[in-house]
Amino acid sequence: MPLFILLLEDKEKSWSKCNLCKRERRKMWGVIRQKMSTGSSSVLVLGQRIRPAACAFRNYSSPAKEINVREALNSALDEEMSADPTVFLMGEEVGEYQGAYKISKGLLDKYGPERVLDTPITEAGFTGIGVGAAYHGLKPVVEFMTFNFSMQAIDHIINSAAKSNYMSAGQLSVPIVFRGPNGAAAGVGAQHSQCYASWYASCPGLKVVAPYSSEDARGLLKAAIRDPDPVVVLENELLYGESFPVSAEVLDSSFCLPIGKAKIEREGKDVTITAFSKMVGYAIKAAEILAKEGISAEVINLRSIRPLDRATINASVRKTNRLVTVEEGFPQHGVGAEICTSVIEDSFGYLDAPVERIAGADVPMPYAANLERLAVPQIEDIVRAAKRACYRAESVASTA
Amino acid sequence: MALWLRKSLKTINNFKSMMGMINHSSSSPSPSFNQNLRNPPVIFIDSPTYFSSHRYESTRAEKQSDSVYGSHCHAQVMDFPGGKIMFSPVMRFISESTQERVHCYQVLDDNGNPITGSNYVQVSEEVALKMYSNMVTLQIMDTIFYEAQRQGRISFYATTIGEEAINIASAAALTIDDFVFPQYREPGVLLWRGFTLQEFANQCFSNKADYGKGRQMPIHYVSKRHNYFTVASTIATQIPHAVGAAYSMKMDKKGACAVTYFGDGGTSEGDFHAALNFAAVREVPVIFICRNNGWAISTPTSDQFRSDGIVVKGKAYGVRSIRVDGNDALAMYSAVHAARSMAISENKPILIEALTYRVGHHSTSDDSTKYRPIEEIEWFKVVRDPVTRFRKWIENRGWWNGKLESELRNTVKEELLDAIQVAEKVEKPTIAELFTDVYDVSPSNLRDQEKFLRETIKRHPQDYPSDVPL
Repeated sequence: MPLFILLLEDKEKSWSKCNLCKRERRKMWGVIRQKMSTGSSSVLVLGQRIRPAACAFRNYSSPAKEINVREALNSALDEEMSADPTVFLMGEEVGEYQGAYKISKGLLDKYGPERVLDTPITEAGFTGIGVGAAYHGLKPVVEFMTFNFSMQAIDHIINSAAKSNYMSAGQLSVPIVFRGPNGAAAGVGAQHSQCYASWYASCPGLKVVAPYSSEDARGLLKAAIRDPDPVVVLENELLYGESFPVSAEVLDSSFCLPIGKAKIEREGKDVTITAFSKMVGYAIKAAEILAKEGISAEVINLRSIRPLDRATINASVRKTNRLVTVEEGFPQHGVGAEICTSVIEDSFGYLDAPVERIAGADVPMPYAANLERLAVPQIEDIVRAAKRACYRAESVASTA
Repeated sequence: MALWLRKSLKTINNFKSMMGMINHSSSSPSPSFNQNLRNPPVIFIDSPTYFSSHRYESTRAEKQSDSVYGSHCHAQVMDFPGGKIMFSPVMRFISESTQERVHCYQVLDDNGNPITGSNYVQVSEEVALKMYSNMVTLQIMDTIFYEAQRQGRISFYATTIGEEAINIASAAALTIDDFVFPQYREPGVLLWRGFTLQEFANQCFSNKADYGKGRQMPIHYVSKRHNYFTVASTIATQIPHAVGAAYSMKMDKKGACAVTYFGDGGTSEGDFHAALNFAAVREVPVIFICRNNGWAISTPTSDQFRSDGIVVKGKAYGVRSIRVDGNDALAMYSAVHAARSMAISENKPILIEALTYRVGHHSTSDDSTKYRPIEEIEWFKVVRDPVTRFRKWIENRGWWNGKLESELRNTVKEELLDAIQVAEKVEKPTIAELFTDVYDVSPSNLRDQEKFLRETIKRHPQDYPSDVPL
């Protein structure tokens, strides 16, 4: 019993920071929880005491006009599950534990274990089962604890989900959502820190979205759940706790964003900066710094990686004549490479400077904090690249 | 709770020290049992177990029995997640094999006579005759399509020869409301459900009438109308799909189940294990039918697993299982019939291991005489042919005779040759079908690509193949 409380407190304190040992810890939990569900009545009493404690540590206390990304995702799931009885959530720890990152908080209580499924630890298993359920008319939302673990299930995401509608000539649609944190978190090393945007975005049959703000998170997740095709929703762990102002329209349960449309987060005329997910925030901050130096940067939040909003990107480049792409993923065959190609194809004549590509370092993510910082794009990198594009600093060649 | 924890901690510590001892005593090199398991690839004829049974006292093969520990249990019982566990003073490892392999349920002997005492589900004359004529049709279809591939008229084919009973008898025991997630050696299920020979031919010739719009290679049939999901070339991915569909069916409460087929090789994929585990945990109405035909392309089962086949794996996952003679249509029919009723009424997964033999090559890309003796193939083809055995049974009952037999074979042959000729003449899919169904609604990049392609063809018609209707 004391051991149990300790575990709980420990978990509450550190769940948002350290997810590396989550797999280890949840194994311990697994044993205790099984005991709770199969054991004697005294154990059940204890079980009932734990649940409120676990729920109480985070309340929806934010004012109506500002919510964090976690609340945005949670409310989007809640509203879509409430609106459509065929929507259900499955994944590791999504039920009793309310999600490794608490995205599914309160949903088990509200919708019951038939619609909020805790699965065994087999990504390939529950992804395949999700696809099968989608074949037969349900709309599964499959949570990966991180998209790094989706690699164990990529066969089902690509070969089963993405291709079935085409292979069956439209007889088998797969309305399924794959969601979870993607990209670099903090201090969790190579197997928790990769961005899979370009991987999934290279596959026809899939749609891929990457929300940045609370508005994005609500609008894109709702769109993904309502979409008849398989959609990959790439969230970011470090954004979950970040708050953003939202309008009443965004908070309305009918709110939804179109998949395939980018958003101009900040208008500008000198240089276009494209980014998605956490990097949008960095790009906006870089634009603020650039503004002080007299450079007006236009920041495009891609929102959708596939389909890619080539029209918005190209219209912006035709206006600013300069382009900097930003992503956390690896540079080779990355999202930036694709954007660069689209601009070369459609707006080559408008470019006044070489396209600058800011990406993660071409190495697996190192753990040590000093090296880790060097491996992901920083605001200064974006500022420098934008200045180079505007010929306001030394060129890459001369600094190299 | 605290008491429970302390008790079990103590137990774990005791267990750890026991393990320590075990580690020490078992570090001596074990005697080798590297027999040549490839030849002969005995599948299920009466034979001694492959494994040496006198390695250690503790590993001596146990009898097929649930009480592994016999009378050694004493009063100490631990309340452990999953149920009570008894302690035993005897250090005994569970053997990797049993003295006797799991028995195989059979109704008809090789001569088509019901075995004395066999219990089976009665089959009416009408159903029996439909089963038989479907089995024959499947055989002829395989022969003719195989030949068509050899003549270069289609690119690929894989036959079902030797496995007709599994195909047809299992299909007969199901209803059309049961969703089928096939491998690629179960076209008989579609045939039973009313897919016509012309429809089969259209798919193999990938013409405009193919329900898959010519997108899948031959034999990868799909028909939503028949609740037959598209054949996946990736091995075993259909097994978790079936579990997912079964979960959906359980929620629907429609009184139907999901059925999935796979081979012995497929059980080595993680998907098989994940699917069985999930099905047991989620308690869903699904029937897993494994066609253990001895060969995964050229890999014999002895190189695939060392368990007593597949049936024993069910128990490990908490899934009710049975081993059936897959060349005995009546046994297959009865087992699937019973499995279906248990799956639906109890919301339970059932595993059926059907013992059979792949008489044909793996596919038209394979020549199996390179890796297995022709005598072995011949023996299964002649002595254990499921079609002949079933024919003997219906003949014994006076339902069938030589005249009916030759009529049936002639009609089917004619129909098939006709179907092939028609299928060959039907136009191929149009250029639009290159782009449709990637998504529910085509996104702008695909619409642009199609427009661009059409304009280019218009400008340079001579550079584009003439067999793509615009």
